[in-house]
Amino acid sequence: MKYDLILIRYGELALKGKNRSDFENRLLENIRQKLKPFAGVKVKKTFGRIFVELGGRESEPVLRALTEVFGIVGISLAKQVPSELESIRQAAVELVQDLDPRPRTFKVAAKRSDKSFPHTSQELNHLIGGHVLRNTEDLRVDVHRPELTLKVEVRGKYTYLYGANLPGPGGLPVGSSGKVMLLLSGGIDSPVAGYLALKRGGVLEAVHFHSYPYTSERAKEKVVDLARILTRFGGRIRLHVVQFTEIQTEIRKHVQSSYSITVMRRFMLRIAEQIARNNQALALVTGESLGQVASQTLESMNVINAVTSYPILRPLVGMDKQEIMTISKKIGTYETSILPYEDCCTVFLPKAPKTRPDLKVTEEMEAKLDVDALVQKAVEETEVLDLRPDEKQEEEFSYF
Amino acid sequence: MMVYLDNSATTRPDPEVIRVLSDVMENIYGNPSSLHGLGGKAERLVKQAREAVAKTLGVSPKGIVFTSGGTESNNAAIKGAAFQYQNRGRHLITTEVEHASVYEVCRQLQELGWKVTFLPVDVQGRVRPEDVEKALTSETVLVSVMHVNNEVGTVQPVQAIGSLLQAYPKVLFHVDAVQSFGKIPLRPKEWGIDLLSLSGHKFHGPKGVGCLYIREGLQLMPLLVGGGQEEGYRSGTQNVPGIAAFAKAALLAAEKGKQHAPRLYQWKMEMLQKLQSKLSGMMVNGDLSREGCAPHILSLAFPGLKSEVIVHALEEEGVFVSSKSACSSKGEKPSRVLKAMGLSDEEAVGAIRISMGLDTTQSDVEACTDALLRVIPQLQQVMKVHGS
Repeated sequence: MKYDLILIRYGELALKGKNRSDFENRLLENIRQKLKPFAGVKVKKTFGRIFVELGGRESEPVLRALTEVFGIVGISLAKQVPSELESIRQAAVELVQDLDPRPRTFKVAAKRSDKSFPHTSQELNHLIGGHVLRNTEDLRVDVHRPELTLKVEVRGKYTYLYGANLPGPGGLPVGSSGKVMLLLSGGIDSPVAGYLALKRGGVLEAVHFHSYPYTSERAKEKVVDLARILTRFGGRIRLHVVQFTEIQTEIRKHVQSSYSITVMRRFMLRIAEQIARNNQALALVTGESLGQVASQTLESMNVINAVTSYPILRPLVGMDKQEIMTISKKIGTYETSILPYEDCCTVFLPKAPKTRPDLKVTEEMEAKLDVDALVQKAVEETEVLDLRPDEKQEEEFSYF
Repeated sequence: MMVYLDNSATTRPDPEVIRVLSDVMENIYGNPSSLHGLGGKAERLVKQAREAVAKTLGVSPKGIVFTSGGTESNNAAIKGAAFQYQNRGRHLITTEVEHASVYEVCRQLQELGWKVTFLPVDVQGRVRPEDVEKALTSETVLVSVMHVNNEVGTVQPVQAIGSLLQAYPKVLFHVDAVQSFGKIPLRPKEWGIDLLSLSGHKFHGPKGVGCLYIREGLQLMPLLVGGGQEEGYRSGTQNVPGIAAFAKAALLAAEKGKQHAPRLYQWKMEMLQKLQSKLSGMMVNGDLSREGCAPHILSLAFPGLKSEVIVHALEEEGVFVSSKSACSSKGEKPSRVLKAMGLSDEEAVGAIRISMGLDTTQSDVEACTDALLRVIPQLQQVMKVHGS
């Protein structure tokens, strides 16, 4: 069946006043950006709601794109017909019969904003509902708990009929909460953490630590791919690739191996904080979950966290590995995350990392390194990649 | 003048395919498994090729395993499934008219203790879906049915078989699509196909490269083990230039086939009409309906004549066709496929196959028609075939 319109519902109703209009405008803009590849599709805000006019396009791909825009709570496909009873009735029957699975119970909720229309809302409920019942088998009316509420709105020249509600991704529109800096490794967790930060409205930038030749170019490409997947939800993402080799070799030279991970992660935070400051990001985001590995015990977090006063958001802290993997598969990062390239955390992994590092000992070991200079140099030599969702992924080979 | 109409045996590589092959050979010689940049480049090329092939079939790139061609793909699919799932049962179902690389694999498994049902076909060479269903037992692990018969061009009801097998989720469905790709629509995912074989040189690609589509989540015991390439389904350093050229050929064939296939069918029917009106003692094998046949294959039989003699006589006229399928044409025996369709020995040994490609032109077909009109009556006269 052909639809004409998509109605977008958004939530967080607690928002009031200016916050609300900021939220709406941001969402509108994000939807427009997302639907840019669909020529002829128009996005409009009227009567406090957002509509997408399909302009004759297939609804399916547009719907799929919309399920990746945070802030959308629900999506309904709608038909637009002339405001006359026969057309409305016919469209209502089509709409009900086209649903898969077919509802067993329904009710009509008609509304007329145009009082010149010859039937009242009550009359319309009966006129439309009765017609649908007569023309559809195995369907009953249930006004209390219907499986389908068929909404009909008469608005001047045209009337709109809305079918089933599809859930949106929820959350807040990206950009409504300021900027965050994600520590992005090639693993399963950090892309999910980035996704969740986006879901709460953060604009995402990411920092990745690259230790060529200890980690390969492929490991870096994998991270670029992961960041690019996140652009589906986040629009543009700036990826900062830090050359981390020198710091790692320095750590290797001067730091007792059981403490190397602790010291390494402290360096990462210092560098990430500096890059965040330089780019006006107000918080760091990591994929840490409590107690998963040696560096994620509370003792480790405590010692590692001691180098920064920046807020560190850890959206995965309450999740099990299984839950994280489920999200990772849903958002499409899992397959890339599991590609088996060495990353900087595994190459220098000591046989027995300290699970309960001591802050004093850590600081003593770091004293052998010129921490400030190393951090400064790493920040300065950072490579910046701007990733966009709309860029046709440059195909490397032109054979095909 | 040379008129090449033996495209079901092999095709002439497309110039663009040759360009890709030679360019990759010259410039991208790294081993995709090597860790360094040259290896990475080759790996990315194979990945891009895999995505291109997957796109032409409407499947996920993960399901594409590159092989050395149709024979390997068929062996890998059938033996791979038979060995992997032998604990479920040891029964296979196939047809009497499969290509040797399916038929002989099944016979080999038979010798190793598997039970194999070889289903009969009707006079047009088509297997009946209800026969497939009747043959199913609790021991059945695999059904293998070709899409287009390589000798007569009859299209098998793979869509119907795929859909009836939906009710038997433990029975795998393999389709040898070597003759159909680029000629008629092929939608493995929608049709419930679990395993599907393709061969590059049948659609203007290079010889020695093909692919096996494996439905996601399916395990197969690999035929070749070693370095674990192709996700472990097929060890051995990838034939990078071949794979790139194969993908190029697949893209070109998918594109060209759409426009060219209807023309091939039209030329085939025009040719047939002329031959039928002017020649006597000629039989047409297989289905000729638009839906029921591959547009590019025409099988004719001239009882009383030997196919080999016709092939050579046509060659003298500059026209290259085949006596049954090229892989088996050196044997003296009458075609197993034609016999299965009910032809007598005498009819079967007088059969030739005319097969067009995506580069065939109308004048090729006309030249072949004229050559047949000259050659056949002469031969019939010499051999004293009645009806001439």
